[in-house]
Amino acid sequence: MRVNGAAESLDVEPWVSLLDALRDRLGVTGPKKGCDQGACGACTVLADGVRINACLALAVQYDGKEITTIEGLATGDDLHPLQAAFIRHDGLQCGYCTPGQICSAVAMLAEHRAGMPSAVTERSGELDEAEIRERMSGNLCRCGAYNGIVDAIKDVAGQEAR
Amino acid sequence: MKPFAYVKPADVAGAVRAVSDEPGAKFLGGGTNLVDLMREGVERPDTVVDVTGLPLDTVDQLPGGGLRIGAMVRNSSLAADERVRARYPMLSQAILAGASAQLRNMATVGGNLLQRTRCPYFYDPAAACNKREPGGGCDALGGFNRSHAVLGVSGSCIAAHPSDMCVALAALDAVIEVESVRGTRRIPMTGFHRLPGDTPEIETELAPDELVTAVELPPAPFAARSRYRKVRDRASYAFALVSVAAALEVRDGAVTAARLALGGLAAKPWRAHEAERILLGGPASEESFARAAEAELAGADVRPGNAFKVHLARATIVATLRELNTGKGTA
Amino acid sequence: MTTKYAETEPRQDAVKHVGRPVDRVDGRAKTTGEARYAAEHRYPGMAHAALVHATVARGRIEAVDTEAARAVPGVIEVLTHENAPAMKPAPKTSLMNLSSLASGTTVSYLATDEVHWNGQPVAVVVAETPETARHAASLVRVAYRELPAVVDFAAEEPNASPQKSSVLQPAGGDKGDAVAALAAAPVSVDLRFTTPPEHHNAMEPHATIAVWDGDRLTVHEGTQNIAWLRAHLAQRFGIPERAVRVLSPYVGGGFGGKGFVWAGTLLAVLAARATARPVRLALTREGVYRTVGGRTPTVQRVALGADGDGDLTALIHTSVAMTARIGGMPEGVVSSSRHLYDAATIHLRQRLVRLDLLANTAMRAPGDSVGSFALESAMDELACELGIDPIELRRRNEPERNPMDGKRFTHRMLREAYEVGAERFGWRERDPRPGSMRDGRWLVGMGVATAYHPSLTMPADVTVRLAADGAVVVRCALQEIGVGAATVQAQITADELGVPLEAVRVEIGDSELPAGPGAGGSAQTAGAAAGVLDACRKLKESALALARRAPDSPLRGRRLDDLEARDGGLYHGGRGETYAAILARAGRDHLEAGGGTGMLKFLAKTLNERRRWVKAASGAHFCEVRVDRDTGEVRVSRWLGMFDVGRVINAKTAAGQLRGGIVMGIGMALTEATQVDPRTGRIMNPSLSEYHVPVHADIPRIDVHWLDEPDPTMPLGLLGIGEVGITGVAAAVANAVRHATGKRVLDLPITLDKLL
Repeated sequence: MRVNGAAESLDVEPWVSLLDALRDRLGVTGPKKGCDQGACGACTVLADGVRINACLALAVQYDGKEITTIEGLATGDDLHPLQAAFIRHDGLQCGYCTPGQICSAVAMLAEHRAGMPSAVTERSGELDEAEIRERMSGNLCRCGAYNGIVDAIKDVAGQEAR
Repeated sequence: MKPFAYVKPADVAGAVRAVSDEPGAKFLGGGTNLVDLMREGVERPDTVVDVTGLPLDTVDQLPGGGLRIGAMVRNSSLAADERVRARYPMLSQAILAGASAQLRNMATVGGNLLQRTRCPYFYDPAAACNKREPGGGCDALGGFNRSHAVLGVSGSCIAAHPSDMCVALAALDAVIEVESVRGTRRIPMTGFHRLPGDTPEIETELAPDELVTAVELPPAPFAARSRYRKVRDRASYAFALVSVAAALEVRDGAVTAARLALGGLAAKPWRAHEAERILLGGPASEESFARAAEAELAGADVRPGNAFKVHLARATIVATLRELNTGKGTA
Repeated sequence: MTTKYAETEPRQDAVKHVGRPVDRVDGRAKTTGEARYAAEHRYPGMAHAALVHATVARGRIEAVDTEAARAVPGVIEVLTHENAPAMKPAPKTSLMNLSSLASGTTVSYLATDEVHWNGQPVAVVVAETPETARHAASLVRVAYRELPAVVDFAAEEPNASPQKSSVLQPAGGDKGDAVAALAAAPVSVDLRFTTPPEHHNAMEPHATIAVWDGDRLTVHEGTQNIAWLRAHLAQRFGIPERAVRVLSPYVGGGFGGKGFVWAGTLLAVLAARATARPVRLALTREGVYRTVGGRTPTVQRVALGADGDGDLTALIHTSVAMTARIGGMPEGVVSSSRHLYDAATIHLRQRLVRLDLLANTAMRAPGDSVGSFALESAMDELACELGIDPIELRRRNEPERNPMDGKRFTHRMLREAYEVGAERFGWRERDPRPGSMRDGRWLVGMGVATAYHPSLTMPADVTVRLAADGAVVVRCALQEIGVGAATVQAQITADELGVPLEAVRVEIGDSELPAGPGAGGSAQTAGAAAGVLDACRKLKESALALARRAPDSPLRGRRLDDLEARDGGLYHGGRGETYAAILARAGRDHLEAGGGTGMLKFLAKTLNERRRWVKAASGAHFCEVRVDRDTGEVRVSRWLGMFDVGRVINAKTAAGQLRGGIVMGIGMALTEATQVDPRTGRIMNPSLSEYHVPVHADIPRIDVHWLDEPDPTMPLGLLGIGEVGITGVAAAVANAVRHATGKRVLDLPITLDKLL
């Protein structure tokens, strides 16, 4: 498995989740455990660029995949545009859902660019607030920083469009 | 979760052999339901046969206009497939109405067919549940049953089937292709899931060693005008209280083709044959839609917690058919 | 760094940091994954624990079979009441020692065969990996002798007994004869409301890492009260407080759920002691529901009488809430009715039932969040009865003094909040006739409600250190639960000392630091601010004293009150010098000062103030909903909150706090309910998939504004913002639904089945 660009050789029992393998075995604790049952999105990571819930993924199933976590988004000291936008728009409070929100948003923008539909898509293609909210609904934030998160994503989507 | 052996066969023959050799084995797809149930101690397989490496991950055109969907196609890929969006919009909408983007990226079509109920008493090993422990009783009958089924229920189980995708497949007369060491067979979607009766632990016609390999969608020109409407407690990311998959073809004010299936209401994706019978040939009117809905729901068997579902289902069926008829009212 | 003193003109653009929308100082740590939460620390040899929960509501354990669990390879120990080392019982509570309030329950875990609630931990498995611990825990078999249990709140309600008053919270009260006045009122409403139990559901499930080194204990845990946790652990494990270190730099959400000490914390420490290993106990989401209390359910009656003009002649508000036999917090459910309306007569009562359930606990705006739902819904219904605008009804009944006792308000701007809010929201567009506003398939409704939450402070000890190189370090054991604790204190410090924000580092989250207030009661920021102001003043006094010793200092002969702190120093007009210059001349490498008040002085001051004043944060909520005419689905489509929260320290984090309260209130209004099976007392939806907190798609753009008038009695004039946001929200939604549909929903949450 490659994690954030580095090859990691890991010998885990088949019942260890990808999330626990990252957090407890590799010390990659950016992905969070909020529910351990696919109901909150705090564990969202990218597997070959696709967002998944690492808590429901058995680590063995992801043998050979490229896993990207929040730790892998910045380039040196330069934050990923979404990381910077989350700070600027205060799309966070306690910070616990934040890594999952940001990873999810990275993949969400890619999905939208690739023309993947959502439940509210009526083929307009525009990434408006309703689209962002629907596409991000798999990431709960109990602090209620939703407005700031949507603003951060809109901001970055706008930068990309320019 | 209980420790288990893990194998990841590269072909279908290897996968079905692995399961037939091992009575305590289970197929694992995206893991979105099975891994959760294993962690909760509800599912306790000795061996997990990971089928996500099988070459069953394409959607192929069938001669005659249908589609053949590999069982390992991820839900999100199927929902985004242009052919599905154009020809079977209700299927794309149903998938997109379910779960979250992350879960849809993981979940497979085959796994979604075998999704198990969200009944809280099924999930809690401390509760009585005939589905989890046959003969153990059912705590849902006199407990929290707001999310439970009202159609096709029995005295032993009132759990509702949670899938959205399956509701659309039932409406579209999909056919499930399965394979085992004994060979392949085809099961119509409407007969794939079973009602609980006295054996709620048996949920489908699938034998324990049979693997779902594909879902076939027959050609259905009328389905190009179809809709999946889901009603739930949140605006997104919640299971259906009631859902409706509907297709309607109207010529000169009369219904020339109708398909209707219901979710959240029964132990299986519920094909509304009775309602279709009433709709077909009748006027495309509010009254006719209501009559069809009422006929389908006449046999509802309700508890205090879920009695509202009859009214809600009627309203949702009528609203969905109205919308298909007039092309208005979704915004 | 030059030793020559500087002489500069005051900068015209001198930046004041307080009030500005400053980015969080920990934003980078939180957005890069650098921030480590409690469960994310590693120790050599660390073992992992998992809980076994009781499956009966009340009874005695007859037998525990741990054989199968012990047989699992990797299991280190299975602790039960038969073999666990003893803990001391929870202390008697006393207001003179606030940390005695820290215990979530009175249960002595694993010291008794008694089961007090369905879900109580009855065994702890310690293993080499978390997966092994959890699997082995599922194999522990417990046999119970069940005893009759009282778990059905609704059925017990008629048996409720009067709630006792406390120094800080009266339980009832009367002004005149409200019963008679209600009977005589020309217009009246008399409504019965219910609210369900709810859970905090902070995104970070409670987790503890406990490490013993001889009789010294280190604990990593996300807590809202470091001082209480430390004192409680010391007491339960019989060691001095100084032997306990609590590390809690990041808390993944609290909302009251991490304010007290619950079973998981104690059992992690116990397991670590029993196994002589560092132990991590990270609760599952289900484990949080089973071992950490939630919000009490309530039944409330609000009856209002008015004359034909809408002047209130009678206000009756009574409540029934729960506590448990094993503890729990009696809530001030009718509290808002003491303060909001100038009714001629008032009758208030609170009653309690005691249940065989896990103890309830504080959850964001305890009392006020549920009480305001009933009161503010009833006011709306009275406005409907009277045929007058609900804002106008509130305006007519706005009191000049506290209605119950005539105490003065330190500050009250509800009239202004409604006036400005109505304008910005476009309240004028509202057609008051129910069901009259439509948009396609949606029925549109608009509702208002008042937000109100009492303001208080808690004492804090703070040190501020200024080094010769200009670096400032503020130290206080604050808790960062998302409010921007370090950020706002850095802003205050930068302004007080006149130094750049970047020069200030605030150290929090460690019990070795000077004791902070808990993060609760919306009191942390004000309490810490008082300490920071005090310490900064003392530090400047020291700097000035040093400067005045030098014959050539331009500050010679000056008093601090004549000086301005700016540009890294102290100035009078254009003359002054930098701290760096002062320190250099005096040959010092730093200055340090401590601030804060002692607990006794603080309590005396608080009680004295309470005899004279009533103070609170307040506001006006404006809500627009859409209700599907066929299915009854409710969507909140627009929100505006106009608040009076005194001075705002950070416009960005304050807006987030207020919005966060509103989001949680929308959940309370529409979707949230913990389902306690009335047959067994067992929570049946202990998960984020079946307990519905709002998701992105449920939340519209929320406009929040504030009037920005400092309160004259609070530190820096700030009134606290953590809780006021949620109060009144459920009522605003219910009132908007009433407007959209004509239906008054009295029972939360407002699920669609109640609108069919």
